[in-house]
Amino acid sequence: MQPIERNIGKVFGAGDLMRTNSARGAGARMLIFQVVVFAVLLFLIQGFWQLQVIDADVYAARADENHIKSLPILAPRGNILDRDRRIIVDNRSSFNVILSRIGLNEAVLMPIADGLGVDAGELQARLNRFRNRARYEPIIVKEGLSSGEVAFVEAHRQMPGYPDMELIREQRRLYPSDGIASHLVGYVGEVSERELDTLEYARYNEGDVIGKFGVERSYNNVLMGEDGKRQVVVDNRGNHRYNIGTKPARGGRDLVLTIDLDLQVVAELAMEGRRGAVVALDPRNGEVLAMVSRPSFDPNRMSGRIRAEDWRNIVNDPFNPLMNRAIQAQLAPGSTFKPFVAIAALEEGVIDENFRVSCSGGANFFGRYFKCHKRGGHGSVNLRTALAQSCDVYFYTVGNLLGIDKIAEYARISGFGAKTSIDLPHEVVGTVPDTRWKMELFRQKWYAGETISVSIGQGALTVTPLQLAHAIGGLAIGGEWHQPHVVKTKTGEEEVRKANWDPENVRKVVGGLFAVVNEGGTGGRARIPGIPVCGKTGTSQLISNEALANVANKDDFKDNGWYVAFAPCDQPEIAVAVLWEAGEHGSTAGPIARDVIKAHFDKKQRLEVTGRGQAPVETALIRTAPAATVEAPAPAPEPEARP
Amino acid sequence: MIARNVSFRDLDWLLMLAVLGICLLGILQIFSATSGTVLADSWWKQSLYLAVGLGLMLVVCGIDYHVLLEQVPVLYVVTAVALLGVLLFAPPINGSRSWIPLPGGFNLQVSEFSKVVILLVVSRYLAEVRSEELTLGDLMRLGALVGVPWVLVLLEPDLGTALTILPILAVGTFLGGLRWQHLVVILLVIALILPVSWFFLKDYQKARIMTFADPGADPLGSGYQVIQSLIAVGSGGMWGKGIAQGSQTQFRFLPETHTDFIMSTFAEEHGFAGVVVVLGLYFVLLMQIIQNAQMAPDRAGLFLCMGVAALVLFHLLVNVGMVIGRMPVTGIPLPLMSYGGSSLLTMFLLLGLVQSVRLRRLVR
Repeated sequence: MQPIERNIGKVFGAGDLMRTNSARGAGARMLIFQVVVFAVLLFLIQGFWQLQVIDADVYAARADENHIKSLPILAPRGNILDRDRRIIVDNRSSFNVILSRIGLNEAVLMPIADGLGVDAGELQARLNRFRNRARYEPIIVKEGLSSGEVAFVEAHRQMPGYPDMELIREQRRLYPSDGIASHLVGYVGEVSERELDTLEYARYNEGDVIGKFGVERSYNNVLMGEDGKRQVVVDNRGNHRYNIGTKPARGGRDLVLTIDLDLQVVAELAMEGRRGAVVALDPRNGEVLAMVSRPSFDPNRMSGRIRAEDWRNIVNDPFNPLMNRAIQAQLAPGSTFKPFVAIAALEEGVIDENFRVSCSGGANFFGRYFKCHKRGGHGSVNLRTALAQSCDVYFYTVGNLLGIDKIAEYARISGFGAKTSIDLPHEVVGTVPDTRWKMELFRQKWYAGETISVSIGQGALTVTPLQLAHAIGGLAIGGEWHQPHVVKTKTGEEEVRKANWDPENVRKVVGGLFAVVNEGGTGGRARIPGIPVCGKTGTSQLISNEALANVANKDDFKDNGWYVAFAPCDQPEIAVAVLWEAGEHGSTAGPIARDVIKAHFDKKQRLEVTGRGQAPVETALIRTAPAATVEAPAPAPEPEARP
Repeated sequence: MIARNVSFRDLDWLLMLAVLGICLLGILQIFSATSGTVLADSWWKQSLYLAVGLGLMLVVCGIDYHVLLEQVPVLYVVTAVALLGVLLFAPPINGSRSWIPLPGGFNLQVSEFSKVVILLVVSRYLAEVRSEELTLGDLMRLGALVGVPWVLVLLEPDLGTALTILPILAVGTFLGGLRWQHLVVILLVIALILPVSWFFLKDYQKARIMTFADPGADPLGSGYQVIQSLIAVGSGGMWGKGIAQGSQTQFRFLPETHTDFIMSTFAEEHGFAGVVVVLGLYFVLLMQIIQNAQMAPDRAGLFLCMGVAALVLFHLLVNVGMVIGRMPVTGIPLPLMSYGGSSLLTMFLLLGLVQSVRLRRLVR
């Protein structure tokens, strides 16, 4: 053997392989190996058994949620327009940026914060808040990006080192600023879990944005479009693998209101800084021309992601800005109720227009002294002067002659004590007390003394501003009440309730209401030169004078001022009710109604002079809807597919 | 040195049947997993590899394995040089310098073939040890012999292949007469080395081990593959979702659907029933290899066969164990089923050795 071969033999073995014997002594160990083979296969089979047979359902469910996802393409809601098709509410396209936290490098947070114009600390805090959420959920970093910020995202989304950033297009509702018409139009929001359980909302899905309040809510099915969707294959990182199919969104339809923005704006400005409500309507058809409730809120803040602080402020506000006082405030109407007592008395024949009462500043009824609001008394008054001066003693007397059930009957036919069924949510009923009402509610007899209070619109009687406008308008046109509405009905016809009143009697009451404004009555401040305006003031006490004397903070219990008006007196085309909470006296609410009525006639005159007919009036506050969007809402722009 | 009385009719046909069954199911699954992707021609490539592999096997089984064993020193040096060359000159692919690009878009994985050479080295060395038990010196020398190419493979880095070399060594020494005392000592040493080696692992390797311990800890990072694999397997249920119907596979939630995780997609589409068939085929394969080992004419033949059995069993355990979340993710393919030419050809080389041993069982 050569030395080199010997060395190789030392390393690898000698190489005389053909002479080796067959395997010795390995028998037992071969058996051990075979056992290991068995064990390994059993181990593996058992693993599959566990997964595929025992836990199969669990994994089948997880596979299902893993693969296809349906991403909504949000349909824009229809615009809300006033009667002249001027825009009250529309949408603006906005971009949100979402940031993937997978592979997020802390070092780029600073430039991202810079580019998006957010505070770096705030961004970090936002990321921290989401720390416990699954990492594959991208988080919205900023909403409503400016064009510069959009450009920043587009430029940096694919940059090395930067996390995955995506732009999400959203049509956000744009409401008038300053809370104009906020209660009327309402706001939208995501449908809540609780709502989804109710019948009304059963047709919506998790995450749908629906009308929550006002017209947005009552006409949600018109305004709300049909969301489209994109079927995307997604892995459980949230990565879109590819598109399977797209169904485009269908935008909502535009909604034309009966509201006249010119009047609405005037009423809003007149109520600025005050608490209360204004309702203006056309008594001939029930079209609501203006509806204001103050204090107001900004619906732009309510729609979508409301900040917790904003929500707290609104909810904790003692004056409850979310309440639509026009249809939700139930208060004693005070003297504004007197015309209804008057028409009842005339119709029932308990008095005629010459019936006189001598007022000495108060009178005794059923052993109790009832004061008139005028300390010295009005002297001898008839129907016309009693209405003009709002003499309480006169109406105590008349009410007493009528009896509570007759008063209630005429109140009811005028629309009190029942919903007007206006097309807005959350309307309240108010109260019209009578003997039966008291028996049913309190199991007590009606005391005749209570009738005296109700005769001047106090006591248990409560009404809403809308009811009052509705009722006085219907009385003014001769006892015909058209159901109030804020959206023009399809047929142009609305429900009508009629009373078979003698037009002569109506004229007598209207005459008294003319005197209120024009003949030295309590509503003198509501006069408009050249326009025959009728009106009635009302002052309603929150508590009795005796109780008021014992209250420390008298400001909290200031009287409410009411004012109802309509014009022209003989052929009314507008009726207005004004509530000024804590306004102390009805006469102070008068100028608010006057402004609205004046705006109405000014506009009418302007249109007649310029001959522009239906042409809308341009003001800085008001934009006109482009005609195209009114007829055929453009389909929703489809978001760019980003597989 | 082909013996005259060697006949191809003597080939282990049952083993061949099992192998072909596994390969064909593999090709079917590769087809299903890659259809509609840029890799859609993979099943065709794999079929070509299979044809080449079968030819290679026939060539190898025609060669007396003793001839190969005699060439071990040359093969050893060539392999070591090739591994060193790959380490120094090959372009890195996926962060690993283990591939030699060949013309025609093919890549050759040198470390795969080094397994064959190491098997030959181990078999020859142990066959030469005449005593009943291996001495410490025997172990050290064998360890050093295998250690050189092993470290080169490890440095590529190709941890998976390096791991698959170990069972060849382990089973060889075990059957070659490893003393129980030595076994205990070796296990102890390994137990001591493992924690230390942690510090030499790359981050992704550490992550894989952490993920194995708790896949939920990082469900979107390194745990992703495991969780998706579990969902695929589990949602397959008893009968599977059908060929090309597995959502996990078809929607690409699963990574490496036609290579390392092929068993996962197979289990999704063919269910527990299909899994039992495939594992049954592997069982037949293993048992046939063991039978051939027992009938081997000499110790060298026994070590060759058992080395192959050890290799197949280890691959099976680690790959399929990974698919069902019972083993860490290591990047070790499923032999005969996973897509990959080098792996398949290596398997057929090894099976050729087994057949070669079988054909010479009656030669004395």
